[in-house]
Amino acid sequence: MPTGFPKRRLAAGAALVVAALVSTTACGGGDDDNDGKDKGAGYNAALNKVVNASAKKGGTLRFVGKQDFDSLDPQRTYYGMTWDFMRFFTRTLVTYDTKPGAASNKLVGDLATGPAQVSADGKTYTYKLRDGLTWEDGSKLTSKDIKYGIERIWATDVITGGPAYIKQTLDPKGEYKGPYKDKSKDKLGLKAIQTPDDQTIVFKLPKPNGDFEQFLAMPTGAPVKADKDTGAKYTQHPFSSGPYKVKSYNAGKSLALVRNTAWKKASDPIRPALPDQITVTISANLEENDKKLMEGDYDVDVNGTGMTQSGRITAVQDHRADVDNIQTSFVRYVALVHAAKPLDNVHCRKAVFYATDFAGLQQTRGGAIAGGDIANSVFPKSIPGYSDYDPYGILARKGKADIAKAKDELKQCGKPGGFSTKITARTNNPSEVDTAEALQAQLAKAGIKIEVDSIDGAQSSSITGSPKVVKERGYGMTMSGWGPDFPTGQGYAQPLFDSRFIFDNGNYNESQIKDKKIDGIFDDAIATTDKAKAKSLYEQMNKQLIDNADWMPFIYEKNISWRGPRLTNVYSSAAYNGRYDYVSLGVAK
Amino acid sequence: MTAPLHDTTADAAPTAPPETGGGRKIEGRSLKQIAWHRLKQDKVALAGGVTVLLLVLVAVFAPLIVSLLGHPPNDFHQEKLDPLTNLPQGSWGGVSGDYLFGVEPNKGRDVFSRIVYGARISLLVAFLAAVVAVVLGTLFGIMAGYFGGWVDSLISRVMDVLLSFPQLLFIISLVSVLPDDLLGLTGTGVRVAVLVLVIGFFGWPYVGRIVRGQTLSLREREYVEAARSLGGGSRYILFKELLPNLVAPILVYATLMIPTNILTEAALSFLGAGVRPPTASWGGMLRDALQTYEHDPMFMVFPGATIFITVLAFNLFGDGLRDALDPKGTR
Repeated sequence: MPTGFPKRRLAAGAALVVAALVSTTACGGGDDDNDGKDKGAGYNAALNKVVNASAKKGGTLRFVGKQDFDSLDPQRTYYGMTWDFMRFFTRTLVTYDTKPGAASNKLVGDLATGPAQVSADGKTYTYKLRDGLTWEDGSKLTSKDIKYGIERIWATDVITGGPAYIKQTLDPKGEYKGPYKDKSKDKLGLKAIQTPDDQTIVFKLPKPNGDFEQFLAMPTGAPVKADKDTGAKYTQHPFSSGPYKVKSYNAGKSLALVRNTAWKKASDPIRPALPDQITVTISANLEENDKKLMEGDYDVDVNGTGMTQSGRITAVQDHRADVDNIQTSFVRYVALVHAAKPLDNVHCRKAVFYATDFAGLQQTRGGAIAGGDIANSVFPKSIPGYSDYDPYGILARKGKADIAKAKDELKQCGKPGGFSTKITARTNNPSEVDTAEALQAQLAKAGIKIEVDSIDGAQSSSITGSPKVVKERGYGMTMSGWGPDFPTGQGYAQPLFDSRFIFDNGNYNESQIKDKKIDGIFDDAIATTDKAKAKSLYEQMNKQLIDNADWMPFIYEKNISWRGPRLTNVYSSAAYNGRYDYVSLGVAK
Repeated sequence: MTAPLHDTTADAAPTAPPETGGGRKIEGRSLKQIAWHRLKQDKVALAGGVTVLLLVLVAVFAPLIVSLLGHPPNDFHQEKLDPLTNLPQGSWGGVSGDYLFGVEPNKGRDVFSRIVYGARISLLVAFLAAVVAVVLGTLFGIMAGYFGGWVDSLISRVMDVLLSFPQLLFIISLVSVLPDDLLGLTGTGVRVAVLVLVIGFFGWPYVGRIVRGQTLSLREREYVEAARSLGGGSRYILFKELLPNLVAPILVYATLMIPTNILTEAALSFLGAGVRPPTASWGGMLRDALQTYEHDPMFMVFPGATIFITVLAFNLFGDGLRDALDPKGTR
């Protein structure tokens, strides 16, 4: 039977490969010798203070990352890591203070001399620009460049991907068509922004928005020089207004920045600009990137999403002084889809709250250190609106489930025997599928049977983001994570809970909460410029959402971040989701 | 293989035993007896066969074995994990008297129980897929070989097309677009059915080619000629005369096909196209183990070794079976 041979050989060969794989991994378990000469600054040293404070210039700062920047065009980027990194070559009117921890949430003047002068009715914001602002060709940077840059947000056919907050606030009806279709000679036809002179810029809001300055601190508020605007190609070579300029950019591979000699330190109190060069290497193998960080080939992970499980075990065991256990602003949650029966019934949703073993989910994500603390509020602790309100006793029971109460709620829901539904978990998020399986095992104890459907995270906006698909596939729960665009209740919560933010595609109100009371609180909180009042309104919203068991947060995410021992001026910035403040970093040779 | 494989023991009743020095009787023995005799002498094949039998028993009695020696396969025992690293406490991946193969990192499920339950999925998919392939392959192969002409050309071309089809990619894409509920099955049932049908469907041309080749040579034999001249119809000749003589090669090929199917199923589960979590499968365990293989190699060793042993056992048994059934064999 000669034709039988090749197949058989294939099978035997494959078996040998498995054996080889098994035997090599068995050998690979040995730990590297710890030489005990770790010069790290200490575990958690960069959380609330500056590590290795220094003003020494020179050297090359080396970033590595799995994920490339979404865009280097300031009006088109929406990744937090890009916003953090972009400050090397992009300036905005106001920006987050270069201070460790929560102090970074304060807005300070960057291109502007300071925060805006706001009129009494909260509708007019006036900024004065600093002297000596320049572009990378040495030309003067004026208020008109800022207006032009912001106008690009309106050109939604070319400038895609960035947040639309400024556009929605200044021109909610979308009357302006963007600079590329602008008939006026200087392309500055947007009426809501005025530039009375080169040093002054005035924003006229149709109705007040207490977070307007936050919008201007995002890269979308950055200037672009009109004759250097290459439209959709601008991402390949953004024209620098900061201390560095792009030397070369190979999308998906590498980025190199060199000093922008036209930038004047006197015009910029924010950026120390210590390294001579900055390099970013994009490499898809996370485990390998962690190894190279620990071997000293790179200094810091540009993505800032924390080390892999394998990397963090080695790091915590052998290089404890070189890592920080960073508190991010991310909340891991399960949305309870109100459109899916029987989760339209509040008691069935409450049963899920009681039946969930939060401590088990926490352990699956890596425990209190690598996973994070158990969540009790829909808001992360850094967002005004967080409170210790805990009606289900989740924190009081240290996260353990209360099956008796869960069964009682199921009875009140009319489902004494439990119910069945499906949950989604994204495969590209480490341990999300594992966490969903853990939840599956926990809820089963109360009779709630859930089936885990793993989905591709890159496709989630058309799967969990589409109420139609969610209905067709019978999803009753979606597991995901959420972090704020900017550190206020609006910047965090509006896409999640406002019924007017339920979209056919790209919907993040995954629970499909349609609560007029919640919508009303958003309107009131956004209209006020009184931060204390906004905070109390968001606290009220949290209570309403939790009482209704609308959306189940379970972890305030933490991660283990590698802090290269060469780095100087390192600290974690709450404004950038706990990432190190890249623009302050320097390197010791 | 010149004689039909009919059980001829009865016909070969001993006449007068010839006088030989040792007093041993010389009997006429059927092919089955010869094969069994040869197989018994092949210790390696026998060991493979015993292992296969054990694995089948493990799969069949999984709930009993787990209730005696393990913990329910989907129960989390996170108290068995180190809170800092999330790896199993203790050495060797948490191996202990209570947890024979240790526990999974992060989840703390019993690795032994999952391997035992994983055997069900692996063997079920492999066996059923082999059955599908053998049925289809025999049917089309025998038709192609016997009828020849345009039937042969058509079937042979179809087999060529299927053999050159990138089946792994096809299965992965198929699994991701298929709905959850199909043919009255749900969840794991759908995935198992899809795996069986697809692996079996892409496997039949291998069987088909062998059967066709054998049929081509058998149909010219005298006993077939005789049957035909006595007025036997096509159906009679195909199923009563030819098929019994094809049993041996088909049986051997099926045995050798099962390990390939096990590896295909493991590969698909490894790539995320296998059964759904939390249902245990060996390939899925290997994928989970990748995250932490440097720090918890045992979690990769156990399912890896299980796949290795299973595939090896089937191959050794299949090889032995082939040698035993081959009349031209030297042993």
